Amino acid sequence: MTFLTILFDGVAYGMLLFVLACGLAVTLGLMNFVNLAHGAFAMAGGYVCAVLVNTSGWPFFAALPIAFLASALIGAVFERLLYRHLYDRSHLDQVLFSVGLVFMSVAAVDFIMGSSRIFIKLPDALQGQIDLFGIGIGRYRLMIIVICGLLTVALQLTLAKTRFGSRLRAAVDDPRVAAGLGINVPQVFALTFAFGCGLAGFGGALSAEILGLDPYFPLKFMIYFLIVVTVGGSSSITGPFLASLLLGIGDVAGKYYFPKLGPFVIYTIMIVILIWRPNGLFGRTAAR
Amino acid sequence: MTAPADNVGFHARRTARWHAGEFVFWIALIGCGLLFPSRYLIMTEILRIGLFALSLDLILGYAGIVSLGHAAFFGVGAYAAGLMALHGIVGEPVLALLVAGLVAAVLGFATSFLVIRGVDLTRLMVTLGIALLMEALAERFSDITGGSDGLQGIVMQPILGLFEFDIFGKVAFWYSVAVLFVLFLLARRVVHSPFGLSLRAIRNNPLRASAVGIPVNRRLVMVYTLAAFYAGIAGALFTQTTQLASLDVFSFERSADLVLVLVLGGTGYLYGGLIGAVIFKILQEFFSTLTPQYWLFWIGLVLVTIVLIGRERLQNWVLFVPRQVMRALRRAGPSGGAT
Repeated sequence: MTFLTILFDGVAYGMLLFVLACGLAVTLGLMNFVNLAHGAFAMAGGYVCAVLVNTSGWPFFAALPIAFLASALIGAVFERLLYRHLYDRSHLDQVLFSVGLVFMSVAAVDFIMGSSRIFIKLPDALQGQIDLFGIGIGRYRLMIIVICGLLTVALQLTLAKTRFGSRLRAAVDDPRVAAGLGINVPQVFALTFAFGCGLAGFGGALSAEILGLDPYFPLKFMIYFLIVVTVGGSSSITGPFLASLLLGIGDVAGKYYFPKLGPFVIYTIMIVILIWRPNGLFGRTAAR
Repeated sequence: MTAPADNVGFHARRTARWHAGEFVFWIALIGCGLLFPSRYLIMTEILRIGLFALSLDLILGYAGIVSLGHAAFFGVGAYAAGLMALHGIVGEPVLALLVAGLVAAVLGFATSFLVIRGVDLTRLMVTLGIALLMEALAERFSDITGGSDGLQGIVMQPILGLFEFDIFGKVAFWYSVAVLFVLFLLARRVVHSPFGLSLRAIRNNPLRASAVGIPVNRRLVMVYTLAAFYAGIAGALFTQTTQLASLDVFSFERSADLVLVLVLGGTGYLYGGLIGAVIFKILQEFFSTLTPQYWLFWIGLVLVTIVLIGRERLQNWVLFVPRQVMRALRRAGPSGGAT
């Protein structure tokens, strides 16, 4: 019984991590930009949703898309103003820059929203559990699995089947040749970056209930996002997806079975996998 | 051109000479100690940060390894020194310092094999992961480390049995100066040796370095272990001079601050970390009085600004040191201020 519940919770957690991290999978995994500030965009979405629902009385499901749009907009502005100047810079520069952004976002949110952890008021329909095949399943977690599952499929189809997807892959693989073929590479990158940030914000709004929302969110979960991307590898969206599930289930199971070890299990798994396969489980050698 | 081996030796000997600017630097440091006895605490902190940054410079500035988890070694050194003092295992501070450094070096040696696998991104992740792992371990074994309360009640014995730590921090300051100076001389010797030159070759192009016969991985393991030794000593010095060690010695912020310190002063020449520590502390004092709670915001702003301005350009104007002195200090590091 408990095993199935852990599995279910782990899957929900993993799916959530995937939505949070898949934007990073594109910028870091494909565009080779070390954006440690990804969690800051997720936090932005979370706080936008929290303010709309808790203070302005919006319905939860109406606030979710706004969280997406708000984060995407912030992402687009940052990409145009700052990030695009740093694509060619060294990894050290990118790390310094994005760590700086994380620190600024932590202090800024602390200043504006206060340092206490906040929760989003969920509609009644999402609270409590339903009984399925004899195991108790949280409604909210079930919703996360459904939404995130759909998103994953949509994302995979977008990348693999649409014109935009092929443009993105071309722009990533060889920006010069792609530009020569008439693809507006900067625009493709900007759109992708904004979309990734939007997804992060959407994930941030969804995650407030499970992960908790406080100003230190970007720092606390930075390592998780990075694990998803580095362990998953960058060849496709499948790698990060499987890594997210592995991480989600591993983390939930680890906390249940070995509560005293805490995050120890996850870090160890990550280090072992990275020694075994430095480019990730489903990795390829970096194109650039 | 002479034979390559002679050439290397000649180059090393030429750049290893002491420059006037360096004498000015160390005399100024001692002068500060004599002139501002009320500032011992903050000056000791600067020395400690400087030593820690020197350690990072060895791997980042000279070997090109980006580490986001250097606090792992600092923390191990801090806890080692704290535990030794607390349980009276090694009572004498200088000896304890060495032992703590060696403990950190062992961890550095063991983890260096993880770090040399893979490229920048994997290194970032693995170093970060190791620091987080150490933090999780320290939290887990709370009966040894004191958990989130940290080690309490550390009492230090007199240094070499002669100098008792005093409440004004005078002894702690001169102790730190001595430790820093000795380790600095050692680092200076190392980076000016053919070994140091080979590190620079690896930093600039690992593939080419291995093509001319440099055993890249072995060199990286060696320098990483050495850097861990330095970081361990910096951590031990922290515990000994403040008489406390808590979980935050492992924190990500500490590692990130350290990179900032080094970048402020400039990477790839030994004085970078020390000058960076001074600038960092001045900035911290300034912004903390401005808004004590939101120091993190200002650190972030400084980091972002540095990157946008460009690190190279920054190194040329931010230092309020006469240009001749600066050039001499820069020349003292063999990289000639590159990167």
